[in-house]
Amino acid sequence: MSTQAMTTAEYVQHHLNHLTLGLKTFSFGSNGFWTMNLDTVLISLFMGLLIVALMRLVAVRATAGVPGKLQNFVEIVIAFVQKSVTDTFHGNSKLIAPLALTIFAWVFMMNVMDLLPIDVLPRTLELVGFEHFKSVPTADPNMAFAMSLSVFGLIIFYNCRMKGWSLVKEICTQPFGIYLLPINVFFRLIEEFVKPLSLALRLFGNMFAGELIFILIALLPWWSQWLPGGVWSIFHILIITLQAFIFMILTIVYLSMAHDSH
Amino acid sequence: MEINATLFGQLITFWLLVWFTMKYVWPPITKAMNEREKKIAAGLEASERSKRELELAEHKALDIIKEAKQNAVMIVDQAHKRSVQLVDEAKEIAREESKRILEQANEEFAREVSQTKEELRKRLAGLAIAGAEKVIQRNLDANTQATLLSEFAAEL
Repeated sequence: MSTQAMTTAEYVQHHLNHLTLGLKTFSFGSNGFWTMNLDTVLISLFMGLLIVALMRLVAVRATAGVPGKLQNFVEIVIAFVQKSVTDTFHGNSKLIAPLALTIFAWVFMMNVMDLLPIDVLPRTLELVGFEHFKSVPTADPNMAFAMSLSVFGLIIFYNCRMKGWSLVKEICTQPFGIYLLPINVFFRLIEEFVKPLSLALRLFGNMFAGELIFILIALLPWWSQWLPGGVWSIFHILIITLQAFIFMILTIVYLSMAHDSH
Repeated sequence: MEINATLFGQLITFWLLVWFTMKYVWPPITKAMNEREKKIAAGLEASERSKRELELAEHKALDIIKEAKQNAVMIVDQAHKRSVQLVDEAKEIAREESKRILEQANEEFAREVSQTKEELRKRLAGLAIAGAEKVIQRNLDANTQATLLSEFAAEL
């Protein structure tokens, strides 16, 4: 619950600000574009290192014999990702499956930050003197766009590598044939640019909205928070997993579309 | 919603994570999984094969037992025949032996009889002569006596 001095609007506003580092002045605060959201960077880095270290630990001790509990768990996740990849993607790529795994695990772990009580990290850090802190990296569009633009780059890369000159033909003649060339190109551009945009905005929107609802729930009187908070948290477990899964699946789908010709 | 330099930081982090996963996480784990899959498949196959082999061995064992039984019957049969044969042979030998012994005994007997006869003849002749000597001691001369005696001996 917010401090008595804060109004509702102030409380919400307070929670929507990042812990920022101006890269020009190298001090806390905003420097326009050259600002780094420290909270997003640190939490995502922490989560990323956590999953990578965990999986590396399993990889080092991986045995073809009877797997331990941790290896079993990681193998279940990997088998799940691998199945998703082979179901959709028919090419041969060393990158796509690990990429899908990284996306799934990382997005999931970052989303899980949403299940922490909304005020835990900001309040704790406030005691040490940091004014703002947003603990869910995926609710930061920078995070979502960093991943979706990477996927976008890969889509372009695979389109060029797999199709070569036939890509030009594909862009010019589909879907309406060569006589409507400008429209074809226009449609294709929209189609391609919508991919990273929708990918990022879907994740960002879901997590941001979820977080906002937690903020609103936190504004209720203390004795009534448990019911909506509990219900929303349980529902959010589903959203967290689902969004990580959707991001992964769409990445695979887009990349396999880039591999196959239309 | 504001886009700022965080984007670049996150891009770098993302690609580092993807690179690390691709290089150091995915291959060893999937390799272990594939190996296990192969191991299990091989194990299943081996068990299937050994099951077949066991069946085969059982069949073979049964065959061997059957053959051994037949052999045993045959051997017993042979032994039986052989024993009968042996007994027959022994009987034959015994019969021949007994015949030979009998013949020998007969011969011995005949020889002894003839010997005895000879002896008896000689003694009888001697006795007869002695008797006759006593009867005609005085009547006959030595010449006549000798003639008579030889006549008598020839008649005997």
